[in-house]
Amino acid sequence: MIEALREAAPVALAVLVRRHRDFDACEDALQEALLAASRIWAADGVPDNPTGWLVTTATRRLVEGVRRDTARRRREEADARRASEGAVGATDDTLALLLLCCHPALRVPSQVALTLRAVGGLTTAEIARGLLLPEPTVAQRISRAKARLTELGRAFEVPDAGQRRDRLPAVLAVLSVVFTEGHTASAGETLQRTDLADEAIRLARVLAAALEGAPEHGEAAGLLALMLLTDARRAARTGPDGGLVPLAEQDRTRWDPARMAEGTALVTAVLRDGVPGPYTVQAAIAAVHAEAGRAQDTDWPQVLALYDTLVGLWPDPMARLGRLVALGEVHGPAAALAELDALDEPGLRGHHRVAAVRAHLAEAAGRPDEAVAAYREAARRTASAPERAYLLDRASRVGGTG
Amino acid sequence: MILLHSNPHFAQRWEALTPEQRARFGVDHLALTRELAGSGELVVSEGLADPALARWVSTADGSPVVADAPFAETKEHLAGFYLVDVADAARAEEIAARVPDAVWGLVEVRPVLDMSGWDM
Repeated sequence: MIEALREAAPVALAVLVRRHRDFDACEDALQEALLAASRIWAADGVPDNPTGWLVTTATRRLVEGVRRDTARRRREEADARRASEGAVGATDDTLALLLLCCHPALRVPSQVALTLRAVGGLTTAEIARGLLLPEPTVAQRISRAKARLTELGRAFEVPDAGQRRDRLPAVLAVLSVVFTEGHTASAGETLQRTDLADEAIRLARVLAAALEGAPEHGEAAGLLALMLLTDARRAARTGPDGGLVPLAEQDRTRWDPARMAEGTALVTAVLRDGVPGPYTVQAAIAAVHAEAGRAQDTDWPQVLALYDTLVGLWPDPMARLGRLVALGEVHGPAAALAELDALDEPGLRGHHRVAAVRAHLAEAAGRPDEAVAAYREAARRTASAPERAYLLDRASRVGGTG
Repeated sequence: MILLHSNPHFAQRWEALTPEQRARFGVDHLALTRELAGSGELVVSEGLADPALARWVSTADGSPVVADAPFAETKEHLAGFYLVDVADAARAEEIAARVPDAVWGLVEVRPVLDMSGWDM
């Protein structure tokens, strides 16, 4: 029943917003309808058309809320019944809602919270737990975002191809943020956390389905594949003490084979069908790692070729750093260190990962003093507690007695 | 985390301000707090009482020992803080620049250690 509710909620919200424009009021009315549904469906079973049921009930609440005259109410309810017959356009509605939640007028943290609420169907408390924030912060974030969308008063309609193309990167970025938030290294905490990694995967599936047949489908499927392949390593990412285990040292028997198979199949299909975008190429890199039963079996030349493609597509400094790690595996750490020294990226200056990569390469090149200094510098510069612990641990291991 | 520092030198300059200027400082802080609450970026913000009220807590043989500040002359102390949850460092710096104390050059931005990590 919970599943039926969560699938129907975003579609119902889209129908309501398209009809009434007022995002804020519609969302409130839908929340009431969802409460009623959880009570009534538990007793009477899920109705044949859950979306229609929610739209009708929420419309009634909306109408009561604004005390419209009865004639109008009858007309609106008749409209609601007609509009909710059949679920035609349900995926279009979900897509339109995702695009609306990731509206450029909202800051990214607001886009994230609103997407989780309106499309993910999570409660404010669940979102707050997932983001590790106090509930009032999240409540305020959502209510301001809803009010902002209402102020904009944009007609809510299924976006045309141009809008879809322009706005989709924001949706992909928001889903990545949700996934990264959930993809935390600390196993202890995840027990109390709303599983945002699972939620991001669920939303990415919805998005990929909504874009079936559209030119943007490839990158949505690529993002989904990247999430699945990254999430497959979840159990192996943390050691028994909760510390971070890097890719090369993970126990690969603990990687989730179902997640790996699905992610690999997805990325293979996207690569076959056309020119891949950055998410797809990153997923392809993760798929190469997934194919290696042991770290030493990794097909590094293929990883390097994919990174070469990635840096051509995407001016992300982190992609250039990842490429250097692969370059070190293929052409030796000295060659990679030489490139690292020549790398002058404003986005990388002083970044802890530059020092971490330098340390890794220096260690592989047999330059322990340089490695220790770089590990310590990386540890000072990171804002991640598990990474800091790992880097200091490396420094003391390489330093031996130092 | 946006940290607002203070020191004896600043305290003297503070006393030299007119009451209107001092009130303005407080009003600007309140306005910024309200705005950040509105945008959903505020987690918590507080001003701290004078360091004269500070107590240093230690343990000796497992029992707590509470004492006044160990040094009579503190050079620099924490006067308040804003904890915000924002998209990136640039946004945190943008907010810090709007804290009234920034005119004295006493505002520091520090990332909070988070529990996420990278396995690549």
